[in-house]
Formats: sequence, C-alpha cells, structure tokens
Amino acid sequence: MADLRRLARMLGEIDDQLVSCMRCGMCQAVCPVFGDTGREADVARGKIALLSQLGSEMIRDPHQVKERLERCLLCGSCAAACPSGVPVVDIFLRARAILTAYIGLSPAKKLIFRGLLARPGLFDRLLSLAPAMQGLFTREVDAAAGTSCARFQSSLIGDRHFKTLAAKPLHELAAPRDEPAGASGKRVALFTGCVVDKVFPQVGQASLAALSRAGAGVYLPGGQACCGIPALSSGDTRTFRKLVLANLELYADKPFDALVTACATCTATIKHVWPDMAADLFNEGERAAIAALAAKTTDICAYLTDVLGVTPVATQDSAATVTYHDPCHLKKSLGIANQPRDLIRANKNLRLVEMSEADVCCGCGGSFNLAHYEISKHIGQRKIANIRATGAQIAATACPACMLQIADMASQSGGGIQVKHAVELYAQGLTE
Amino acid sequence: MPLAKSLIDEFAQIAGKDSVMTDEADLASYSYDAAVLEPVMPALVVRPKTLESLGRVTRLCNENGLPLTVRGAGTNLSGGVIPARELGVVVLTNALTRIVSINTEDLYAVVEPGVVTAKFAAAAAERGLFYPPDPGSQAVSTLGGNVAENAGGLRGLKYGVTKDYVMGLSFFDVDGQLVKTGGRTVKCVTGYNLAGLLVGSEGTLGVFGEIILKLVPPPAAAKAMMAVFDTMDAASQAVAAIIAAKIVPATLEIMDNFTIRTVEDFSHAGLPTGAQALLLIEVDGHAAMVAEDADKVETICKRQGASSIKVAKDAAERNKVWEARRAALSALARVAPTTVLEDATVPRSQIPAMMRALLDIAAKYSLTIGTFGHAGDGNLHPTILTDKRDHAAWKKVEAAIDEIFYAALKLGGTLSGEHGIGLAKSRWLEKETSRGTILYSKKIKAALDPKSILNPGKIIGA
Repeated sequence: MADLRRLARMLGEIDDQLVSCMRCGMCQAVCPVFGDTGREADVARGKIALLSQLGSEMIRDPHQVKERLERCLLCGSCAAACPSGVPVVDIFLRARAILTAYIGLSPAKKLIFRGLLARPGLFDRLLSLAPAMQGLFTREVDAAAGTSCARFQSSLIGDRHFKTLAAKPLHELAAPRDEPAGASGKRVALFTGCVVDKVFPQVGQASLAALSRAGAGVYLPGGQACCGIPALSSGDTRTFRKLVLANLELYADKPFDALVTACATCTATIKHVWPDMAADLFNEGERAAIAALAAKTTDICAYLTDVLGVTPVATQDSAATVTYHDPCHLKKSLGIANQPRDLIRANKNLRLVEMSEADVCCGCGGSFNLAHYEISKHIGQRKIANIRATGAQIAATACPACMLQIADMASQSGGGIQVKHAVELYAQGLTE
Repeated sequence: MPLAKSLIDEFAQIAGKDSVMTDEADLASYSYDAAVLEPVMPALVVRPKTLESLGRVTRLCNENGLPLTVRGAGTNLSGGVIPARELGVVVLTNALTRIVSINTEDLYAVVEPGVVTAKFAAAAAERGLFYPPDPGSQAVSTLGGNVAENAGGLRGLKYGVTKDYVMGLSFFDVDGQLVKTGGRTVKCVTGYNLAGLLVGSEGTLGVFGEIILKLVPPPAAAKAMMAVFDTMDAASQAVAAIIAAKIVPATLEIMDNFTIRTVEDFSHAGLPTGAQALLLIEVDGHAAMVAEDADKVETICKRQGASSIKVAKDAAERNKVWEARRAALSALARVAPTTVLEDATVPRSQIPAMMRALLDIAAKYSLTIGTFGHAGDGNLHPTILTDKRDHAAWKKVEAAIDEIFYAALKLGGTLSGEHGIGLAKSRWLEKETSRGTILYSKKIKAALDPKSILNPGKIIGA
C-alpha cells in the first residue's frame, strides 16, 4: 500500500496539530451533531483520532474517514470549548483538502465549484435567470418567514421549506460605489457574500442604509466573488485560492478603514480562514495582502456599534418582541455577541427577549444541510422550539445561513415567525 | 479476525440494525479513551437503546466468549474502556439516558447508566436538591462510568465520592440475569452488599442497569477564598491546621508554582507568579456558620504564614477564584503536545513530602511536571508535559511515572485517588496491596465471569 503511505505523509503535515488533542472528550458536551447521533466519529475527538490513525496506517480506508469528516457543521463549538485549545476547524479544513487531493473531488462538486463558483460573472448570470423560473417548481408556504416548498416530489428539495432566490440580487439593486469618507470620517468596504446577494438582498440594502446613516462612505465593488468557504470545506483548495485572489483584486490595497460583511460565515472566513490557509496556498505577497485585509475585516453589527457609535435606545410600550440567535461563526469564532443585540435595541419599536441556548448552533452548516438534512433538521428543531418558547414574533440573527435554516424550521413548525437580520431590524427603525 | 456475519446479525436483531457498527472508521473511533495508551480496535460496537437489550447483548457476548467493554463518554484516564485485543465488543451506554425519577421526599434518584453527570446534577438542582460528586469531566462523563470508576472530584473532602451516593443498583451478570442490590431506603442490610463490590469494579464484574443515587439538600451559603504562600510546606501546614480546627471545607485545592505561572500566562487573572503555592478554599453550609468558618480559615492561613489572603466578596469574585482552578489543566495542556495526568494520592499530612518527591523526580528525569489537586483529601494531580512522539522522552516519562507511584506508596498513599487502575496501573496493584489480594480478586472474577468476558485485563491484569 505505497499509496496509503503517500496519504500518511500528506497527513504528517498536520500531525503537530493532531497531537495537541489530549482525547479528554469535552467536545462531546457542545457538538450539535454528536448531540443528535451520540457517535464518537461525529465529535471532534473522534475525527481527530481517525485522522491520526489514518496517518499511522492503523486504519486503511480513507473514504470512510472522509465521509466521517464531512459529518461536521464546522460551527467551531468544539474549538471554542476545547480545554487544550486544539484548532479544530483549521485541522478539519486542512484534512478535507488533503483527503480531497488524495481521493478527488466528486463530479457534481467539480461542476459547481470549478465550473460555476470560481467564475463569479457566469454564476451571477446563470442565477439571474432562476428567479423567474422557480415559481414553476415551488409554492409559497409561509409568508412570515418567506419560505416555499416543492410543488412536486423532488429528491434535492425533499420536505424543506426553503427561501427562494430574490427577484433581483443585491448587485442589481445597488449600484457599485466608491464614496469618499462620510461625516464619521470613515470609509467602509462592504463585502456582500453570496447568500445576501442572491437570497437576502434586503440585508445588503439595510447594511448600506445603516452605514450611510452612521456617516460612513461606502466602497462596494461590482463583480465580487464568493468568500471561498463552500469550496474549501469540500477540500477544493484550487477554487478557494481562485476566489480569494479574485476578491483580493477588488479589495486589497484600497484605502478604506474596515471591510464589513453582514454574513458571519464570510466574516470568519476572511478574518481567520484566509490567513490560516495562507501558508499552504499563497505566495508571500498574497499572504501580506490577506493579512492586511483580515486585520481590517469585521462584522457589520460590531462595526456599527463599536466604531460608528450606534447605541441602544429606550423601548416603546407597543414594541414587538424579538429574540436573537448567536451565529456560531460570530460568537464562537469572533467573540461577537453583544453588538448585534445592541443593534436590535437601537430600534425603539423592538423589545429583545433572550431564548435559552441562544448560542447553540442552528444546524445549518452550509453544505452540511444538503448532505445530512435529517441531522440538520433535528438540531434546527431544537432551535425553533427555543425560539417559540420566548413568544417572540421575530427571530433575529446575524448570518444569512442561519436565516435560511431558521426560516425552514419556523415554516415547517407552523410558520408565523419573521426571520430577520439584526441590521435589517436596525435599518427598519431608521425609517419608522 | 472479523466476527461472523451471522453473529453480527444476532446483535442487530437484539439492539436494532442502526445500533450496530462494523465499519473500520467507526470501530477505530472506539479504540481509545483519555489515557495516553496505544489504541486497540474492537471487532464490533453496539449501542443498545433499552436496558433489556443491554442485558441480552451481555448474554450473547458471554455465549460466544466475546470480551465486552462498556463505554460511557470515554473519558477514562487509565485505559478502562480500551477494548480487548481479540474480538472485543464495545457496548455504548450513551443511548440509555433516562432519569427515571427524582424523589424529593425520600431524597434519591433512579437513573440509567448513560445519564451525563452534569445534566443529572442540574436536574436535581432544579428540584432543589444537590448531587455533590463533580469529577473534572462531569460535563460529559456518565453516571454509569462514575460508579464503575468510583469517580471523585473537588468536593471529596466534605461530601465524599461517588460510592457515598450509590444507594443501590441493578446489574446484569454474564448470563444476562438481572441482579439487584441495595435500595431506596437509607438503611438496607438485605443480602450481600453487592453494590459495594460493583462500585469501582471498572466493568469487570457486571453491566449496570438502573442506579439509585442519594441526593442531599444544597448548602444555603458558600464563601471562597485564595491564600498565597511562599513555601509549599507552609501551605500544606495550613491545610492540616484547617482540618485540625474542625473545619471541613467543601473544597480545598492546591496549585504549585509551575501551575500558577502557567495559568497566569494563559489567563492573565492576576495570580501571584512568585508564590510557591496557592490554596483555593471554599466553605459552605448555613450562612452564619459559613461566615464563622471563613473567618477562622483566614486567621489560620495568616498564622501559617500566608503572604496574602483574598476572600471573595460576591459571586463574581467567587467565580474568579474557581476560574483559576478550572484553568489549571487547560493551561498546562497547552504547554506541550502530550499531557499525562496522574492522580497519586497520599494522606494529607504527607503532601509536603509528596511535593518534594515530585520536584526531585522532575529534576532527575529533566521533565516538566506541574502539580495541582485536591489538597484537602491528599489527591494530587502531577501533570507531566511531554511529547509522546519523542521516544527518548517517553521512556523517561514512563520511568518517572513508576517513581511517582513508588513515592506515593512509600508515604502510605495509593496508586490512584480517582482515575482508576484500568490497564495503566494494574501491574502496580500488588505493590500497594498484597499477593493475597490479587489472588482473592482473581477468584471472585473467575467465579462470576468464568470466561473472563467482562472488560478483561483491567484492574487485576489478564
């Protein structure tokens, strides 16, 4: 098995990280997937052990290890709770890249990532045709959450209540702009992110409105590429690299104070994953550009409250109640939890009530939801039960991926709950 | 050698098809626990969803001579849930998670073995009751595992350990027969005290079904404090003096200088990095008694030469004291790739001698050892920081572990306060006890488990 030895050598590159896991098993307390299945191979300790054992050739089937490795939300709950500080998400992304390089990318993923995602112009044009057609296949089921379901049996859609593509994406609704610094003296670059652009353009519009009200000039370039995390989490480093470079082209060396996004996953990816992967995939000049950009990257809610001075106001008696879900990539990856809440409290017509387990994962996990819908749904059902227990009419969060999942769960559990981004709720208050 | 397909099908018939795992990757993920030992692949993993099927799985293993290792959360630090080398079957309890009842009138609870310790303690607290045993892994550890290992924790000094809370249990023998021992009453002298035999038996004598646990009323008040000492001897004498003054703190923890410095580097909590020892103390009980005890402890620490003592004024300050202690293992674990957590225990009067022995051993083998632990009950956690991939270093670690055991035994102590004997320490057991003890134990084992299928190789060796 000379070939397995080659794989073992490749895994040797991450051995220093793998060995930092002391097998204490504390990750079992926080892993949403393990919480549903109770299987050791689903929790971080198990996955790290499998990688070590594949590296030492104690186990010999890399396909099984790859499959177990993909049963992960990449939510980072384990890393945030790890007593010995194992960089779990970093390890998993590298390991997925190594196993994909060894086994190869599936034909479907090759088509989606390399044929489509890596070509932002084509991706945008193709999806611009979709909104008009999706009504043929889907019907609206919950007006509050804005979800639809399949009109007829579809193996891809299953019983999901999903958000359809917006009639017009943000890049058609909001023209590219390159404004000078505003009254605040700040100039802010906005990174839209795919889900905000194509499903929740109103979140992008709210971000623009909020920045403008706070006196920040906005740099919004056209032709933005995906942040790369869907490709990287499938181990496709080639597409990831291409997307990062396309974004560097637009954002590196531009004079702005901060790069903000309304997507927790995009923020965490640019801020942490780009620099973490830089050593393996980028040359020195690119690494410097990535480091500079990462240092300036932050979440829209955090920037509005921490830098642009948005503060909570007194709540009116007639206020609607809203509860807030912490996106994993915001709270656990970036430590941002109070800022989105403050942003919601800055709207006098809203009263924030806390749900229990607000910082437990919603179960979306990007493509995890596509591959493991049953587990994703079980985790999401617990989330929506916690949301419903508060009696709030609005479920707020600060990541469009969480919004997709919560909208599906809200709709399937009887509907009637609006799902909003914190910045949308804040921007609503500006016009009310 | 793989198991016959027909036999795997029999397990699937009993436990359900989705509860039987045979894939290489799944088997490999049950080949280890939290001890630094070589992994061993089981031949099969079964996850019964009912106690009834747990009993039938046990019987089927015995009928076919398959060595069975019960596994809860796999946090064992002595290799207790590493399966047998040939045809090992790992039986998971983490689908058996029912808290059957919590009785607030008679102060007990009935639980299935897979209930997580911290979740159970929280459920008891919701009903106004207190389950004191708090092993370091309580956020994930299972009650079945706690009973099998007789797990301890920070509150051992005042509240005792797991065995002090087991009122009764039911367990399956190798034939799958249900055996009942103890009960729901404070007093119960019916038959052999089999519960006493089964607690701490590390899965070698039976497979637990329902466990009956004692609950107590929670203390009304608590006060925490941190005392700083310039010498380890002074700190140890303060521990002895507190006990001699007839005060029994709920928690009485010690940290050595290396641990203090490492925690401070990690958490910047403002710990005195020049101090040779810290005592972290909490007294609890009735509010008036707590105030009085706290005053006395403060006076005693000062008299024994504490360079400073800080009494927590509120919940936030109290939390800060315990954060320092909770950070100890985390901080130490980050220093080097491999963390070997030992639990040699000595009579508390011997703590200074044991601390000196640990320093000598660290110097002799040029190893990094940080020590913290439960000073009140003499249960220390010398933590060796190393890299198991470095063979030369690992040889030294093994020699050092041997010497740590020697030192503890010489001081009248024990091999293990709370982590168990498992695979890691079985060859040492005769040194602490006697040849007769091993033979007697082996006779019991042979009588109850003639084919030696119940977690073979643990405690008394093969």
